[in-house]
Amino acid sequence: MKLLDSRYGGLLLLAAGLLLLPWLAGNAYLLDVANRIAINAIIAVGLNLLIGYAGQISLGHAGFLGLGAYASAILCGSYDWPAWLALLSAAAGVALLAFLVARPILRLKGHYLAMATLGLGMIVSLVLSNESALTGGPDGMAVPGLVLFGWEPQGERAWYWIFATLLLLAIWLAQNLIDSPLGRALRAVHGSEVAARVAGVDTTACKVQVFVISAVFAAIAGSLSAHYTGFVTPGQASFLHSVELVTMVVIGGMASTYGAVLGAALMTLLPQLLSGLEDYEMLVFGLILMVSMIVLPQGLLPGLRGWLQTRRAA
Amino acid sequence: MMTALLELEHLSKSFGGVHAVQDVSYRIEAGAVHAVIGPNGAGKTTLFNLISGVYTPSRGHIRLRGEEVGGLPPNRLAERGLNRTFQNLQICMNLTALENVMVGAHLQLDRRFLPVLLRLPAIGRSDRRARERAAELMSFVGCGAYLAAEAAAMPYGALKRLEIARALAAEPQILFLDEPAAGLNATETAELEAVIRRIAERGITVVLVEHDMKLVMNLAEHILVLDYGRKLAEGSPAEVRANPDVIAAYLGAA
Repeated sequence: MKLLDSRYGGLLLLAAGLLLLPWLAGNAYLLDVANRIAINAIIAVGLNLLIGYAGQISLGHAGFLGLGAYASAILCGSYDWPAWLALLSAAAGVALLAFLVARPILRLKGHYLAMATLGLGMIVSLVLSNESALTGGPDGMAVPGLVLFGWEPQGERAWYWIFATLLLLAIWLAQNLIDSPLGRALRAVHGSEVAARVAGVDTTACKVQVFVISAVFAAIAGSLSAHYTGFVTPGQASFLHSVELVTMVVIGGMASTYGAVLGAALMTLLPQLLSGLEDYEMLVFGLILMVSMIVLPQGLLPGLRGWLQTRRAA
Repeated sequence: MMTALLELEHLSKSFGGVHAVQDVSYRIEAGAVHAVIGPNGAGKTTLFNLISGVYTPSRGHIRLRGEEVGGLPPNRLAERGLNRTFQNLQICMNLTALENVMVGAHLQLDRRFLPVLLRLPAIGRSDRRARERAAELMSFVGCGAYLAAEAAAMPYGALKRLEIARALAAEPQILFLDEPAAGLNATETAELEAVIRRIAERGITVVLVEHDMKLVMNLAEHILVLDYGRKLAEGSPAEVRANPDVIAAYLGAA
């Protein structure tokens, strides 16, 4: 736990775990699950900056993920752009969109902010499923493989290294941000917005900034996952997926970066583990989520940490 | 006439039909302790909220060193050297005590986006200095015992002083304290008095809203009295104490 508290301890520990994993669980299925966890974890780490640290809600982040995924699909598939250019353009485009909508949306608070972001996500999802000439409609569309300057990752293992590296990078960036004057300002906005403003924090700019960052995290993860799975569907941008992303942050532990990673792992693994239950899968899934929120309301990681501390003190 | 540090001219604020502050004019010269007093509901906190940018004036002017600042948001006023504390505490309970004070130093810190994201050494240096300075300020206001504490674990009296430390971290020229002694016992109030004196000695102009008349009379060199949103009187403590209108407003005499 002490290692986890130091600045780079957690990152080193995770890096070591990620290095060892392919040797412990090397088959394609397990690596595929690990890759999906990493994709979700990158998004959750970004979303946690917005929800956990800045205290703002977004029920539309799957929209940004969908935009990233479809931008890569369309630009590479229909217009033969190089993958890296499509990915960067998608990220820049989503950043611009997030920036433009953030100012009016983030003036809202609580339920109203939730409704506005929900609307944003729904618009994206509707456009993606209705513009079938461009997007293939509800059936989705195929995405060419990722070719980076002549190199194309083949198979789950090659992709695993890409996602693992990006996850570590995402965590590193998020932690740098949190442990800085900007991050303190963000957390102050959560704690007392008026106090933050009086202290000189431009709270609107602060919220816009973190909204854009979290949207870009989602867009990049979306682009890469589109190349990885080779297919995109409008479901990726759906409201349900947005809720799933928020659940990862909340269940892992708000304002805890590794909590977000844990939440992403849990939300990705559980359906796999429960798939044997067939009809009862969703029932048990929901029950597990409910019980864990009742027992550990601060989320898994902060809750477990608190429990360990009291046990050690006793 | 010399430009006042802060000048209010015919300042008014209405909420619907309620005239919370009406036509208040007042000059605050640099380097003195001022106090705003008045019965409950006289408009003292509304006046503070107007001056600190929490509310926008309905009419009138607020000038900081001659510059019109009425309607500017609080963060713009902080940039211009104006800071405040709150009657009902505004502490970030999700931060440590020290971090709360460091938030106050926000404007002084290196917070360029890319260097922050890549954690360049300059950011770490600027943050370490802020941490040391915040610790000094906590000792200065008498919160030295809580350097490692979570804000949420601190007692009320210490939180009131922590808010003052946060405001000081912004290095203000003029500091507004909204009922700093409310809820404090006699010992804590005496400590607070000493802290405010030391702040004034640093050359910071202090303006307080306060119900504790002993504190006000001890500290303030100039007092503004409000009643029903209007200026009732102003002057030195002795003048205000002798003013029949003020006595009437406080004692309810006709």
